[in-house]
Amino acid sequence: MNGILTIAHLTLHEALRRKIVLMALILGIGFLVIFGLGFYAVLNTTPASPVPRAPFIAGQQFIAVAFIVMAGLYAVNFLLVMMAALMPVDTISGEIRSGAIQTLVTKPLRRAEILLGKWLGFWIILAGYFLLMAGGVIVIALVLGGYTPPNMLLGLALMMLKGTLLLTLAIAGGTRLSTLANGVMVFGLYGLAFIGGWVEQIGALLGNDGATNIGIVASLLIPSEALWSLAAYNMQPAIMRDLNITPFSPASVPSANMVWWAIAYTLIVLAFGLRQFQSRDL
Amino acid sequence: MSDLIIETRGLRKEFGSKVAVSDLTLTVRQGEVFGFLGPNGAGKTTSVKILLGLVAPTSGEARVLGAPLGDVQARAKIGFLPEHFRFQDWLSAREFLQFHGRMYGVPRDVLAVRSEQLLARVDLVDARERKLREFSKGMLQRVGLAQALLNEPRLVFLDEPTSGLDPLGRLLVRDIITDLRARGTAIFLNSHLLSEVEVTCDRVAFVKQGNVVREMSLNDQRDEFEVELKVGQVTPQLLTGLAQFGHGVHQQNGDVRMIVNNEQQLPHVARWLVQQDAQLFRLGATRKSLETLFLEVMGEDARPG
Repeated sequence: MNGILTIAHLTLHEALRRKIVLMALILGIGFLVIFGLGFYAVLNTTPASPVPRAPFIAGQQFIAVAFIVMAGLYAVNFLLVMMAALMPVDTISGEIRSGAIQTLVTKPLRRAEILLGKWLGFWIILAGYFLLMAGGVIVIALVLGGYTPPNMLLGLALMMLKGTLLLTLAIAGGTRLSTLANGVMVFGLYGLAFIGGWVEQIGALLGNDGATNIGIVASLLIPSEALWSLAAYNMQPAIMRDLNITPFSPASVPSANMVWWAIAYTLIVLAFGLRQFQSRDL
Repeated sequence: MSDLIIETRGLRKEFGSKVAVSDLTLTVRQGEVFGFLGPNGAGKTTSVKILLGLVAPTSGEARVLGAPLGDVQARAKIGFLPEHFRFQDWLSAREFLQFHGRMYGVPRDVLAVRSEQLLARVDLVDARERKLREFSKGMLQRVGLAQALLNEPRLVFLDEPTSGLDPLGRLLVRDIITDLRARGTAIFLNSHLLSEVEVTCDRVAFVKQGNVVREMSLNDQRDEFEVELKVGQVTPQLLTGLAQFGHGVHQQNGDVRMIVNNEQQLPHVARWLVQQDAQLFRLGATRKSLETLFLEVMGEDARPG
């Protein structure tokens, strides 16, 4: 355990020194400022708003606020994907290529400790980033509009699970693939899930079972988009998701079993990475 | 208890159809400086990687510090300076040693003192707060050497430890190797610099195409001298008579060359020639260099090109 914590500390140190944390912080704050200004503007221009910054909102304004919060969370979801995939994509493969890994794996640490330490370090950064971004969106909505999305904690947990899955995929991929091939693999799989998700939704809207099934198969290959659909479904007011009046209202709601599959998928990918790293010549 | 620090038998490593190490059998004893020599592509670095658990052998057996290859506990007593010393270059020299010391499991209070001592030992005290990315090649090699000694190892692998160093740096590494040997630390030295190996190693192994083709003690070898004689008239009787003092007597470019087993033979050679009424114009003797030995063992086919 000590070895895992030392490597996690080294990973956090690297993220700080290489200004990954600083960039995420500056641009994250920039994102929240723009979101806050946009939110304020929408709140003040939406009709049926007796008091612009009232703690209770209703009617058309309620719909607008819920929509913009979902839009903000959708943007956070996208940035989380980027962060989870890009941040660790070079961590193992890059160190293998440069030879920097050699002084680590010849220390009295198991290779599993090195991989898990890196995973933990990047997960902490990702969780911090997500907390800043999603937390910022929710705090702005609460302070300016008095609005909190329903099932907020469940929704945020699903989004973080999605980030964790992609982070694990990027780290595990690096034990086998070169940096570029790993990046192509992670984004390729994400793209597959993304388009599969849309095909599923369109199929559900049109009542086309074939298209819906294609989306479900894509979710089984990588359940990242299903997690977002489930999060979006849970974090919208009932009226919005029942009426399907926003692009964030899934017509086909993924099964709760998909969450278990995502957890199992993450663990399987992690186990694959550990096995590959353990047996690889360095 | 055996004093064998490294013991290998028939180690072999194949990468696809390419055989990097074909049959590595060798031993290294406690407190010994062992030179591992061979031309490029002889399988030296792969052999070191196998012994360190970085690469799994295709077949064969080995024990390092009495434990099987890759044993985590054994690694706590092994130091390693890789050939391509790429380190975490965003760290300062002090931070670098702190992190690597923690990975060795050295207690914090001990580590703080030891890091400073090692920085002083490799002459990097003034650069302790500088980032490694600002270091020259020689400085990186020195901080890498300090990293390899953080755990007070019983065995140190040095893969080309002086390749980036100036003469002063090489002297420093030589002194460190001498100190380590005095403390009973075994050193596995992989180097192309035969002059360095010659002055630091107790024993060497010559590796060719992944095989140890010769293993020898340098202390024994140092007794042999190459002798060059310039005499007035070289007769077959003279050549036959000289053979009583050594071996390999032959004529080359008008001179007589031979090898004697020790320096004490030289006055006897001179006296005998005078007794034979031979005109002795010159008698020169040089210790047989490791380079000469290397070329003898590797053969002309090992020359590049």
